[in-house]
Amino acid sequence: MDHLTELENQSVYILREAYKNFKNLAMLWSIGKDSTVLLWLARKAFFGHCPIPLVHIDTSYKIPSMIEYRDKYAQEWGLNLVVGQNKKALAEGMNHEKGRIVCCEALKTQGLSQVMEQEGYTGLILGIRRDEEGTRAKERYFSPRDKNFEWNFKDQPPELWDQFKTTFADGTHIRIHPLLHWTELNVWEYIEKEKIPIIDLYFANEEGRRYRSLGCAPCTGSIESNAKNVREIIEELKDTSSSERSGRAQDQEDTYAMQKLRARGYM
Amino acid sequence: MGSNGHKDPQSGRQMKLVIVGHVDHGKSTLVGRLMADTDSLPTGKLDFIKDICDQQGKTFEFAFLLDALEEEQKQGITIDTSQIFFKTKKRPYVIIDAPGHKEFLKNMVTGAANAEAALLLIDAYEGVQEQSRRHGYLLRLLGMKQVAVVVNKMDLVKHDPEVFYKIKSEYTDFLQSLGVEAREYIPVSAKLGENIAHRSENMTWYQGPTVLEMLDQFEDKLPEVNQPFRLPLQDVYKFDERRILAGRVESGTAKIGDEVIFSPSNKKGVIKSIEGWSVDKKPKTVEASQSVGITLTEQIFVERGDVATLVSDPPIVTTTFDANVFWMGKKHLQKGESYLIKLTTQNVECEVARFNKAIDASTLEPLPDQDFIAKNDVAELTLRTRQPIAFDLFTSIAETGRFVLVDEYDVCGGGIITGFTPLSEIDRYRDEAQYRDSHWIKGAVTPDMRAYRNGHQAAMILITGKAGVGKADLAGHLEEKLFHQNFQSYLLDGRNIQVGLGADMDQDKYFSDGEAVRRFGEVAKLFVDAGHVVISTSNVFNQEDHSNISLLVEPTPIVEIQVTNDKFPKGKPEIVMTTEEAANHESAVQKVLDYLKDQKILTGHNYSI
Repeated sequence: MDHLTELENQSVYILREAYKNFKNLAMLWSIGKDSTVLLWLARKAFFGHCPIPLVHIDTSYKIPSMIEYRDKYAQEWGLNLVVGQNKKALAEGMNHEKGRIVCCEALKTQGLSQVMEQEGYTGLILGIRRDEEGTRAKERYFSPRDKNFEWNFKDQPPELWDQFKTTFADGTHIRIHPLLHWTELNVWEYIEKEKIPIIDLYFANEEGRRYRSLGCAPCTGSIESNAKNVREIIEELKDTSSSERSGRAQDQEDTYAMQKLRARGYM
Repeated sequence: MGSNGHKDPQSGRQMKLVIVGHVDHGKSTLVGRLMADTDSLPTGKLDFIKDICDQQGKTFEFAFLLDALEEEQKQGITIDTSQIFFKTKKRPYVIIDAPGHKEFLKNMVTGAANAEAALLLIDAYEGVQEQSRRHGYLLRLLGMKQVAVVVNKMDLVKHDPEVFYKIKSEYTDFLQSLGVEAREYIPVSAKLGENIAHRSENMTWYQGPTVLEMLDQFEDKLPEVNQPFRLPLQDVYKFDERRILAGRVESGTAKIGDEVIFSPSNKKGVIKSIEGWSVDKKPKTVEASQSVGITLTEQIFVERGDVATLVSDPPIVTTTFDANVFWMGKKHLQKGESYLIKLTTQNVECEVARFNKAIDASTLEPLPDQDFIAKNDVAELTLRTRQPIAFDLFTSIAETGRFVLVDEYDVCGGGIITGFTPLSEIDRYRDEAQYRDSHWIKGAVTPDMRAYRNGHQAAMILITGKAGVGKADLAGHLEEKLFHQNFQSYLLDGRNIQVGLGADMDQDKYFSDGEAVRRFGEVAKLFVDAGHVVISTSNVFNQEDHSNISLLVEPTPIVEIQVTNDKFPKGKPEIVMTTEEAANHESAVQKVLDYLKDQKILTGHNYSI
């Protein structure tokens, strides 16, 4: 069995555990490569169907072609799409100039928390990976969040032999991370193998620039690159020594930016 | 920069390694050093960490490379497991740095349970410590087969081979007592980078592999395709016209047309198809580690928890089994309390029927007379589930022979199955006892009236131990002493049942098919019903027989007195005596009387004769 099949089997197992154990379950779809791979894996797990609603948190600052891509495939694949937006914060003029961490928390974390409450979700599937950054390296596949949406990283449940935390107190919820054990390169190799249609922002444009990680337009930088297709991205990645999220401005805001963001409910 | 930092993105299959050991023995330093020396750090990562150290006024340490949480960097200890990526020329690795602080044992277990090989670190200066032993024990319990011991901080002991060999010999003895053998002992200094990626010039007396060379010698864990077929069902899907049974094959293989049996529901079916989406062509076989979906030729009602196997090779199905368990819960694991057991995809309520041996995992000393274990300790115990569950012994198929225990909302313990009592036997005695009790014709004299008159409750005293330890002698004296104190005592020897009630049977058959236990138990039942304290000795009944006898005489209490000079008594006797103690009849009998009074079995007479 090749390593991509091994990764796929493990993720499918986790998705099925989530689907069986949570009555009110949703999956976050940021339109990026990871959550799109996750969506593909869900269709694998459920034999061509995606019985789990997809939540997209629209900060209104997303790169416009991301929304086009989202709507196209939502229709083509028959997805149940739920769009969340923190309208109150936007009406009050929230943007990254008020501070990147403040903005991320209002538009992403709060936006998400509003949808969760409104729809009553008790389980939320996300496409984060351990190799992305330090605090994610300490995550569990099934990771509890308390009533205030907070992550108690100092007291996480043990996780062994694929027996996951599926029971929890009222008012709390569980984050489920089926891609936790994948690396950035695994994701691209899998996209290539499965021929998954991926948004073209990842491919180099005429000016020789592409996005390596997708987010809001003001806070996401592109990188210099000539990689025009998936194969060329894989080759390029094998040769790089900078980190994947180096184009994400919020990470650089503070030494412990990601720990602070994630402890309070950020993805 | 928040990168979890690996310079070269990882391609190919990663080997999963865990690093364990006592707090401060240098696990994080070793991981940091491995990354630096294999050139696996992303650009700027080292400088970034050095900047933080400057800001906080600390000297740079390699450990800071992976202690991502602010808390960890401030306290200088790893709190949670972290996963780090690096690679050698041979292959990529994901390395799990598990905390060594006792408080974070569940995080160590999380890391170690998911790894294929382990490095156990021991500080050369401090030597073997509490967590060195506890982690060693847990590695064995978790089924870890590839372990190398790394003796770190050799620079602090002037690279002295004597220190290394002393630790090696001490820890080898310890591992041997567990039945484990380390692949290698490697003297290193992670701080100075000696014998990690590069051979140390200060320890030319050491000829074995460096840490990196050792890692490359570990073998990938391959799926168990040659074991019997096991497919625990996760779910049944009806998204379209197909009724798909979904699950992951834990071991073995199966193909279209195979007849399968589902346990514990005991239903049979034939595999009609193997389903898949976005696959080149529909598979005809399934094998270990694949997440699959199958359909059957006929619709039968099976559900999550059922385990599909070939008809020729089904799993064990029963309610009572022995296990080695480790406990991580804040509350104690207690006899009689109820827990949820999660085994494959089965979730069943269970209770601890008996503690066979509670053990302090840091010293491996038994904790005598304990009907519970506290956080971080381990035990050999017997579990009883409310409904029958399907499993295998851990030594036959690891994946279906291990489980976790859930208390309230949290996974608090884990264990491996080492033995079981067949359902047929349990059922047989339980059914017999149930039938008998429901058809029993009761007299007008109640057990309470008898207890009042006799000055004691009915009870069964079993004196156990090897031949020649003085059981019969003690039993005789006990009967006599009780009798002289006006209690209704009766010595019931298994031999007496055999020569009379058992006279119709061939001796071998009498013992082999359970009749010895059954007839003895039923006769004992009559005596305890008559309100007696029945005393018996037996060489012929084993531990399992005792629980069967207890099924037959329930709810009458059984008091086991074990006479033995072993440090570890078998099972969970109420009273343990050495042969010397048992030979001193006066004090031995007194000890038993005290216990019976303590347990309110001997209540004393309410009148004088």
